[in-house]
Amino acid sequence: MKKLHYLLFSATLLMGTATNAQIKVEIAGVGSNQIPVAVAAFADEGIAPADVSDIIRADLERSGVFKVIDAGQVIGDSASIDLAAFKAKGADALVVGSVSKQPDGRFAIRYKLHDTVKGAQISQLGGEVQPQYTRLQAHRIADDVYEKLTGVRGIFSTRIAYVKDTGKQHALVVADADGENEIVAAFGRESIISPAWSPDGTKVAYVSMEDRKPVVYLQDLRTGKRNVISNVKGNNSAPAWSPDGNLLAVALSKDGNTEIYTVRPDGSGHQRLTNNPAIDSEPQFSADGQSIYFMSDRSGGPQIYKMSVSGGNATRVTFNGNYNISPRVSSDGKTLAWISQRNGNFSLYAMDLASGQELRLADGATEPSFSPNGKYIMYAIKGGGRASLAVVSVDGRVKQRLSTNAGNIREPSWGPFMK
Amino acid sequence: MRNFQKVALIASAVLLTACSSTKLNDTPVVEKTPTPAPVAQAEPERVVRPVETGSVDPLNDPKGVLANRSVYFDYDSFVVREDGKPVVANHSGYLTKNTGRKVLIQGNTDERGGTEYNLALGQKRAEAVRRAMAALGVSDNQMEAVSLGEEKPKATGSNEEAWAQNRRADIVYQ
Repeated sequence: MKKLHYLLFSATLLMGTATNAQIKVEIAGVGSNQIPVAVAAFADEGIAPADVSDIIRADLERSGVFKVIDAGQVIGDSASIDLAAFKAKGADALVVGSVSKQPDGRFAIRYKLHDTVKGAQISQLGGEVQPQYTRLQAHRIADDVYEKLTGVRGIFSTRIAYVKDTGKQHALVVADADGENEIVAAFGRESIISPAWSPDGTKVAYVSMEDRKPVVYLQDLRTGKRNVISNVKGNNSAPAWSPDGNLLAVALSKDGNTEIYTVRPDGSGHQRLTNNPAIDSEPQFSADGQSIYFMSDRSGGPQIYKMSVSGGNATRVTFNGNYNISPRVSSDGKTLAWISQRNGNFSLYAMDLASGQELRLADGATEPSFSPNGKYIMYAIKGGGRASLAVVSVDGRVKQRLSTNAGNIREPSWGPFMK
Repeated sequence: MRNFQKVALIASAVLLTACSSTKLNDTPVVEKTPTPAPVAQAEPERVVRPVETGSVDPLNDPKGVLANRSVYFDYDSFVVREDGKPVVANHSGYLTKNTGRKVLIQGNTDERGGTEYNLALGQKRAEAVRRAMAALGVSDNQMEAVSLGEEKPKATGSNEEAWAQNRRADIVYQ
């Protein structure tokens, strides 16, 4: 794995500077009813810059959904296979594949997924990628395995964004969902908070304190170009995208107290949604884009409310505890996650929106962010020592810890599905 | 010389008035007074032009009262305490005298709690200071109340001593 040096104060390397601090993923506790899957070494995978079958095995294991069995041999995608033998070994499915190099320098990676119980192939994927996208293609294969065996779209080829603080520097970092390929998207001496991915995964909105007050910026990751989404008098913060990417909700204090507005990505068209003397902040669009969940302390302590996307009456959603903040909604519309302070501790809670049932998922948690398939929540661990990120499955059974050997990492935002 | 001039003018005014009731054919005689000769510049090397000496802008005096720019708050509170009122009063006094100066009032919180909620709580502290200064006559266009939430602590440490230092509003001159 190549590591590039992180150069500070270099204007030419302002964009796309890779860091040499890696994220380690540790799995603690797994769910029951894991699907046993055997993964073979891919034929000729040694010629590619990354070991495709290793990446697939690590992805599937990290999900907590599979019991990964190393097939212990190389099996090419066109090999004939004794599936019954694998079934006898305890595997319900088998992953095989091959890697070859094209004349243009790209790598062709072909994979097949076999169901040992049915005794038949159930999926395949081919793809030609430039060498630096070998890992990405391996993640896409893992996504396909996940989807074919669980019915849910996989998140292994997604990206995450977070803020890394080293005291002197604050950086907005983009990485693969497994913590690899960290790239600094923006850095400076002042804080960056509340990153929010655009639905198409090419831009990130965030709040920067570089102007000595909070201002919402929009940065196109591909070009490094930024525009200001909101810099009106007072605070500008808490950006959240509508599902169609045409609008953002923000929290502004221009009226003397914090209220929720919507605004277009180019910064035009401020529309006010809330109007009361309490703090109204942390807006989040519902999955269908018709409602906005938000945090308000209009009843005394902060609680979570829901209103129409055009504002108006708000209905209260949380009733337990005196301090409920940071609402997040899964994009499948099924789950609400938030942070609740109970007995002095901050914990991550999830509510099934259909039944209203609450589940406590993790302690010492803030800043939750859903994976785009709604099955996992990434959050920041707060309190006691260096800040780091963790992931928990929505049913609470699978936990992962991401640690870095440099700086505090916080403010995670899980990116969307991309091609 | 000057008095003679005045008398001459008055005398001629009287003459004119006296003549206004009767029509005369000849133009009234106005006594011309000689224009006084200009005062010669006596001894140019000895001229002293007075100058008012400049004074240090009280804002820049590290020992002056305006060096104190932070107002501190109790936990979960947005009320300016007694110990903050002199800071508010001193800077209000300066700003009402120097209406061209502008300030950013930055509210802050301690590290406990959520990032965005703390941003909003810090803003309430800044707003409390802004309102107190407005009540003392500072105009709205000289002040902007903003918040840095928990992002810019003055003191590191996870104890009440550090937290108390961080629950503050700072007056920052633009």
